Amino acid sequence: MRINGADAILRSLEAEGVEVMFGIPGGAIMPTYDAMARGTTVRHVLARHEQGAGHMAQGYARATGRVGVAIATSGPGATNLVTPIADAWMDSTPLVCITGQVRSSLIGTDAFQECDITGITMPIVKHSWLVQDVKEIPSVMKAAFHVARTGRCGPVLVDVPRDIQEAELDFGYPDSVDLPGWRPPRKVHPLQIRDAGERIARAEKPVLYVGGGTINGDACEELLELAEAGGLPVISTLMGKGAFPESHPLFYGWPGMHGPKWSNIAMNTCDVLVAIGARFDDRVTGKLSAFAPGATVVHLDIDPAEISKLRDADVPVVGPLKKALSLLATEVRKHRDAGVPAPEAWLRRIDDWREEFPLRYSNEGAFLKPQRLMETLQALTADDDVIFTTGVGQHQMWAMQYLLTERPRNFISSGGLGTMGFGIPAAIGAKAGRPEAKVVCVDGDGCFQMTAQELTTAVLDDLPVVVVLVNNGYLGMVTQWQDMFFDGRRSHVDLSGGVPDYVKLAEAYGGVGMLVLREEELEPALREALALDRTVVIDCRVDPAEHCFPMIPAGNAAIDMVEYEEPTTVEATS
Amino acid sequence: MKHTISVLVEDKPGALARIATMFARRGFNIDSLAVGPTERSGVSCITLRVDAEHHSLEQIEKQIHKLVNVLRVTELAPDEAVERELLLLRVSASPERRAELISTSEAFKGRVVDLGADSVTFELTGTPEELDAFQELARPHGIQELIRTGRVGIARASAKKARRLSAIN
Repeated sequence: MRINGADAILRSLEAEGVEVMFGIPGGAIMPTYDAMARGTTVRHVLARHEQGAGHMAQGYARATGRVGVAIATSGPGATNLVTPIADAWMDSTPLVCITGQVRSSLIGTDAFQECDITGITMPIVKHSWLVQDVKEIPSVMKAAFHVARTGRCGPVLVDVPRDIQEAELDFGYPDSVDLPGWRPPRKVHPLQIRDAGERIARAEKPVLYVGGGTINGDACEELLELAEAGGLPVISTLMGKGAFPESHPLFYGWPGMHGPKWSNIAMNTCDVLVAIGARFDDRVTGKLSAFAPGATVVHLDIDPAEISKLRDADVPVVGPLKKALSLLATEVRKHRDAGVPAPEAWLRRIDDWREEFPLRYSNEGAFLKPQRLMETLQALTADDDVIFTTGVGQHQMWAMQYLLTERPRNFISSGGLGTMGFGIPAAIGAKAGRPEAKVVCVDGDGCFQMTAQELTTAVLDDLPVVVVLVNNGYLGMVTQWQDMFFDGRRSHVDLSGGVPDYVKLAEAYGGVGMLVLREEELEPALREALALDRTVVIDCRVDPAEHCFPMIPAGNAAIDMVEYEEPTTVEATS
Repeated sequence: MKHTISVLVEDKPGALARIATMFARRGFNIDSLAVGPTERSGVSCITLRVDAEHHSLEQIEKQIHKLVNVLRVTELAPDEAVERELLLLRVSASPERRAELISTSEAFKGRVVDLGADSVTFELTGTPEELDAFQELARPHGIQELIRTGRVGIARASAKKARRLSAIN
């Protein structure tokens, strides 16, 4: 089949089974957009900013488990993809980014809209290709998808000069990849499993510390198997949220900076810490040298470089988590069947801590409390297939604490990079991947304006999402840090002032705008928004003074959490 | 502690840049670096000299190994490898002092590769330590220009096997 390079890109996407791509056209990618106009089975969702396209592709990938595809032109189109690429790199999201490049003859001449995007993205991609011959397109595309989704998932970039999109080739899509240097682990070492199984089964105070790798590795059923086989408590990171049903009796919350105190005490006093697709991030560990000081560490990961990167592993298990957890469950069950008891006393102790140190806030005062907002949202969505996405900041942490996630791929947040503005486009991408699910973006007012233009896409491309705006009129998390660690000097965090009018803005984008000023208005508004099959922004004005607790101040030991304190009321003396 | 790491890479655009970027990004320092072809067409060898504790060395190796173009990473243990480096050095030498310099270089199996009115250029191959020694002896004469390739190494036949650093799986 004699076709041009642009058609070859589309035929490759089709051969990979890609159903949707997110992008914006521009000069250097025009031949490929022209090929789209001539016909393809791949749906194209037109974003309004390439960053939006990238986060949509991420949201799609996270919601479906398939590879997300973003497409942009050279220069600014490509640099606008850098943030989503970095985000996907940090959170191990499989992403193929296709960028146009200036003509081969112009590369290196500072041509119009030229930038060295393979150079710029080198530290934040698994691999990248600058296609130098049209004949390479099929094999490069095949390799790109293969690398993005095998081993530890992550982003790749394919940069295609315009003349190469226009040149012709005899197209045939390869059946296999030729990547002699790319050999992600496929097996699990049986001796390591035996050792791990023994230590876990015999532990008096074990904790399963579950990260996003469990979801990426499609190992959630096996995790449930392991936890139930051993009667083992599960604590899940923000990225792992949903890997384990959060209403399950063995679920014990989330670790780290804003995790509940009971979860952090359990993590830090356990005797065997089983890290599963998790990477000892500083937001989880707090001061590393003081983290889980007495614990033997069993670390399971697909990426050998994560083992002993930050915390030395006593028992490293490298390999696909699906296989590893399944084998480990069998192993632990063997010990239980042989009479090694489950850690019942330990579970009761964590239960006690949970009772002693619950998540707390005061619902006093005139303002709607963000925590109450989350509880209401949780109550209204508990039984449905709802995908939550979030921005980054206080609202994100409240969402983590209060929105219980029962299924994998139903909570999508920017963890590692902490990208404000992630929520709205990620929600749109998730909706594109799972149109039958209700998609709710819990966003902050600071985050909202970073990517709000994508609401256009939500409306016009019929990808309705509900944006629950946790509007406190501040860059809330920064404000909280200024209040707690900078003597209350508030520096450039005030977003109040009534501009923009989010209700009108929602309407201007063709969506529905709602305003919630008081608690009693909240539930009806949420009910209505969730029932509508339209893009809705609910501007919820919440208490601007509310801080997110508990909190481990950055660099402190996790055990030294700052807790919520009831406001002390001054007794009136007569 | 210093270590020599030998990395076999596919001869693809950007392969060296990816390794260099990884070192920069992860905060590892490279003391010396040499790149050249190997017995296999399309495969190059990058020899890196790094100063790292064992823990960092393991991280370096694992991170290099994750790069898609990297085929093999081995550490060349000093007692199990032959390491060599090439030095080119132009040193000030009046005609009456040439003989002394040349005889010094002969002790190091060096060769004169160029002569100027007031200078001699030597070529020397040896262990990096030998080159250091010659360099020090030449220094009092006035070194005009000096260039070294950075070390390359090969495992000895007697070495048990090329020692792969990745201890895990």
